[in-house]
Amino acid sequence: MGELAGDKHVKYILSVEKKKDNLLGKLDTVDSDEVVSWILQCQHESGGFGGNIGHDPHLLYTLSAVQVLALFDKLDVLDINKVTNYIRALQNEDGSFSGHIWGEVDTRFSYCAICCLAILKRLDSINVEKAVRYIVSCKTLDGGFGCTPGAESHAGQIFCCVGALAITGSLHHIDKDLLGWWLCERQVKSGGLNGRPEKLSDVCYSWWVLSSLIMIDRVHWIDKEKLIKFILDCQDTENGGISDRPDDAVDIFHTYFGVAGLSLLEYPGLKATDPAYALPVDVVNRIFFGRCST
Amino acid sequence: MASSSSSEGEGRRAWVPLASRPEFAGVTPLPQDDGPSPVVAIAYRDDFRETMDYFRSLYSSRELSPRSLLLTSLAISVNPANYTVWHFRRQVLEALGADWTEELEFTEGVAKRNAKNYQLWHHRRWVAEKLGPDAASRELEFTRKIFCLDAKNYHAWSHRQWVLQALGGWEDELDYCAQLLEEDVFNNSAWNQRYFVITKSPSLGGLNAMRDSEVDYAIEAIHANPENESPWRYLRGLYNDENEAWLNDSRVHSACLRVLKAKRNFKFALSTLLDLLGLGFKPNQEIKDAITSLRTSDLGEAGSDSDLANSICSILGLEDPMRANYWTWRKQQASSSS
Repeated sequence: MGELAGDKHVKYILSVEKKKDNLLGKLDTVDSDEVVSWILQCQHESGGFGGNIGHDPHLLYTLSAVQVLALFDKLDVLDINKVTNYIRALQNEDGSFSGHIWGEVDTRFSYCAICCLAILKRLDSINVEKAVRYIVSCKTLDGGFGCTPGAESHAGQIFCCVGALAITGSLHHIDKDLLGWWLCERQVKSGGLNGRPEKLSDVCYSWWVLSSLIMIDRVHWIDKEKLIKFILDCQDTENGGISDRPDDAVDIFHTYFGVAGLSLLEYPGLKATDPAYALPVDVVNRIFFGRCST
Repeated sequence: MASSSSSEGEGRRAWVPLASRPEFAGVTPLPQDDGPSPVVAIAYRDDFRETMDYFRSLYSSRELSPRSLLLTSLAISVNPANYTVWHFRRQVLEALGADWTEELEFTEGVAKRNAKNYQLWHHRRWVAEKLGPDAASRELEFTRKIFCLDAKNYHAWSHRQWVLQALGGWEDELDYCAQLLEEDVFNNSAWNQRYFVITKSPSLGGLNAMRDSEVDYAIEAIHANPENESPWRYLRGLYNDENEAWLNDSRVHSACLRVLKAKRNFKFALSTLLDLLGLGFKPNQEIKDAITSLRTSDLGEAGSDSDLANSICSILGLEDPMRANYWTWRKQQASSSS
């Protein structure tokens, strides 16, 4: 089997984008002050964050902003009340969350809201019971979750729902055996994972499916060796970066999920990742248990 | 009102700089503020940069005009994922008093090249809401067109489910599911939609009323392709929490038996029998023999029912080695409960 071309991926990442994950242990190659200052410029007067300066606020980017600040241990630059108020205002009567003021509802936004508020230690500012009830209403006939009640099971949505339930201490609502089986059935002949039955495998599902399996204690139900081989086969070992499947073009999205997936599989040399918060374990420990050495 | 459907054509015609266009006279473009020392300077194309510079200008001055509407069309054509542009477009449309049907046509143009774009679908829903129940058939037709290109487009299915629940149009939905499954019986989205229809359609009577005919439908699909995961899950879903009903419907274990006898693609048939055994199912001799005949010689003899569950797990561990750990766990579960 091949190896993880870690240094090449770092080079690729730096060549593409400002925000970076810490898993390759190279966070210090990025200027944190610059990144933090840019992030704060993306904050809207409502307290939410946009995808770039001048963009309207959205729950997705608000979570990303808070996660990046957490990575850099700079959560103290935030006016926590402001961000909290932005998020809680997006909870609807039925417990669901809208992504922004225009009202789009999706369980992805339930996850964003819950994860973000948990990091900020303000989960009590929303109606958690209703939020959980809404997520549970999105459970499907095969034990998975969709974007809204009645929608098809999809590994991405499952990650969001399981993550939100994990963070709120509500995993007892899940039939772990049934869902675990559905998730491990996502592994196809190539060793890769797909997101729904009869779809193509894609490296990003190494994150969505794997993190879900870990949260429900069923990750040993997939063939880890075969999945590792699949992810490594998706690398561009010359120029760095990881693609959705072998021989396709790389992008930053699949590079992140490929590396994160390998971290969840305990690939040597990578930091451990928290499956619910999608952050390194040492960062999560720092948030909830105070200063730890990184 | 300025035409809102120009974005489709823009991409193909040669780019005319906005600075030269009379409709944008007097607009001072606002460049992107990347800060004093950008970490990464993205190499934007000229048309992209100019379009966004003009967009920023009209957006920051909150100009809700026909030329703003045109500009959002251009901005969407260069980056349909820019949700701020879509937000602004909605503000402009409301201020101008939009022709909502024309706006639907605009979104169809965008959908042709970006059928998986979240902002597009949300915008389409927002417009359809304005039109109300009259829009139902057009929305169903729109998603139908998308499914012709990609019958599993998750956004389109989400939209279609919303349309049915908010605007109506349930009458032909079960037939549509049947049609899609005829084209591709492995389409899990279509199976999910079928379940959605039989459980929620106001004209069908609900799951209990539909169960009987749907069991036959699912079993027919199973026999055509026993390796197809979807109809097996659908079949199980028809019984939901009603384990007694599931155990006592002889069609279910008969279907499993028929698949086992064919001696190929029997994974889901075996796992279904395993589930049934776990709930107290008493298999007849024919089923026991069929399972036994699938065992390879080194697995030894099957005896009692618990041995039967054990046998099934052993067979599956060999048949489906990728999930060997899962089947080992099922074996442990089976023996600890007997």
